[in-house]
Amino acid sequence: MKRSRFPPVMTALVLVFFYLPILILVVNSFNAARFGGSWQGFSLAWYAQLFHSPEIWQAVRNTLVIAVSATAVSLVLGTTAAFALHRHAGSRLQRLHYTMIYTPLVVPEILMGISLLMAFVAAGTRLGLFTIFLAHVTFCVSYVAMVVLARLQDFDFSLIEAARDLGASGWQSTRRVLLPMLLPGLAAGGLLAFTLSVDDFVITFFVAGPGSTTLPLRIYSMIKFGSPALINALSTLLLAVTFTAVIASRKLARLKS
Amino acid sequence: MKSNPHNRANGAASGVGNVNVASADGGDRARRESGRRQALREWLVSLPTLLWLFLFMALPTLLVFAIAFRPANPYGGIGPGWTLETVRGLWHSDYLLVAWRTLWISLLTTGLCLLFAVPSGYFIARVPGKWRNRLLMLVIVPFWTSFLVRVFAWKSLLHPDGPVKRVLESVGLAGPQTTLLYHPGAVVLVMVYTFLPFTILPIYAAAEKFDFRLVEAARDLGARPLTAFRKVFLPGIRRGLMTAVLVVFIPALGSYIVPDLVGGPAGEMLGNKIAQRVFVDRNLPHAAALSALLVLAVMAPLIAILALQRKKSKPDIIIGEAP
Repeated sequence: MKRSRFPPVMTALVLVFFYLPILILVVNSFNAARFGGSWQGFSLAWYAQLFHSPEIWQAVRNTLVIAVSATAVSLVLGTTAAFALHRHAGSRLQRLHYTMIYTPLVVPEILMGISLLMAFVAAGTRLGLFTIFLAHVTFCVSYVAMVVLARLQDFDFSLIEAARDLGASGWQSTRRVLLPMLLPGLAAGGLLAFTLSVDDFVITFFVAGPGSTTLPLRIYSMIKFGSPALINALSTLLLAVTFTAVIASRKLARLKS
Repeated sequence: MKSNPHNRANGAASGVGNVNVASADGGDRARRESGRRQALREWLVSLPTLLWLFLFMALPTLLVFAIAFRPANPYGGIGPGWTLETVRGLWHSDYLLVAWRTLWISLLTTGLCLLFAVPSGYFIARVPGKWRNRLLMLVIVPFWTSFLVRVFAWKSLLHPDGPVKRVLESVGLAGPQTTLLYHPGAVVLVMVYTFLPFTILPIYAAAEKFDFRLVEAARDLGARPLTAFRKVFLPGIRRGLMTAVLVVFIPALGSYIVPDLVGGPAGEMLGNKIAQRVFVDRNLPHAAALSALLVLAVMAPLIAILALQRKKSKPDIIIGEAP
């Protein structure tokens, strides 16, 4: 059967559409011109300037503090939830539980941001790193739960029974059999939570207070008021970090299998 | 897995009950006892997330609806008493215009995403294994990059001194006065850019499970290529299409960053109005009323699609399909 040329051409165009803006941004980060209108020679000046701005390092620190703590808490909560959803699947409580966990995945971020802001204002909580942490856990839990749940659904629970039959205690079979086999799922869920937390702008924007500026908030105010060249350099660095992380995690996954 | 021994013990108890009628009652009690323990354990593992999401999701959402009916106080807080003024104020021509723009921009974005995603998803599902994984990776990688960075990349592309304008001018499609930024069209373009990977993935996932021999059969029976595509392939990937619509249309309704950075006043959406009420004039009840409107707007398509999917099979629309 003769295949149409249309789908491959469309796919190629889509990929060009995906990568061209990013490519231009990376190239422009090495451009000496301040507004990137035309090429005025290779320069690392923007990178140098970036390394000498303390606000950016403070923002990086805030971002990491929030991301690490939110990932840790949402990993525990999300894994517990995934066990509940898997173990007691089909009960009325779990149907409610599933709906509650599912909702943050589809609700627009701005709604979560504004409702959390209202709640914090009503409760008289001071906005800052702590409120950002609470908000980030709230949306990360759902992603962790879904990723771990998918793993649990693939897990062969007869292995646990085999371990128990061979004399392992409940704790031993959990620690020596279930946990190692679940580890890739936990790692994937944790990585997802971490990236989502690091990248979140909208929800953070609503619940942030003075002195709790994260990297996305910093980038946003740079886009609004700062120099585009500096953002190009910062974005390129961020791209390099994410690409390295993606490649490293792919390599790790390949090593495992 | 932990309660398996209990189940087994249970089975033994009822086995005894079958032999000895008098102890059947005891077996029953043991089963009830273990059922209660099971229920307790279920509550124990469900409670942490239920409590957290109740406190930080359900309760705040209810609060939004409540605050919409409270007056604002001059200090940017919430005043005493109740009022209908704010909700009535939504019936303002300005908001109607923004609500209408939010709707058409979201619909157009969803439509364009599907238009590009269906051929791409179809093609990726049809190429041999090794290439399929590479192409998928190429689709996924851009959305691993910061959302703000991707929007910013377009802001500088569409800038009056940017490359897109220069290319358009050189082919005579744009004059010196043409503005590409701060226009609803720019919002649609950048929204398609940011949402397209999320559309391709579910469509690919559905196309990959689709039996392409059905299309060949249709062709053999004399259907023209486009007819076979429309009447056989599209209905076959219906679930993927619905997921794609869901993951684009609903977040699009609540867009904030894209219209804020590339839309300007002419491209404002509901999300911008909410943020303005919070950050510009610090009127929380007004922001709450707008948010309540958005919640209702989001619920309608969500419930419709969930109901449609439930009719077919289990409602696991996002798990395993989107990221």
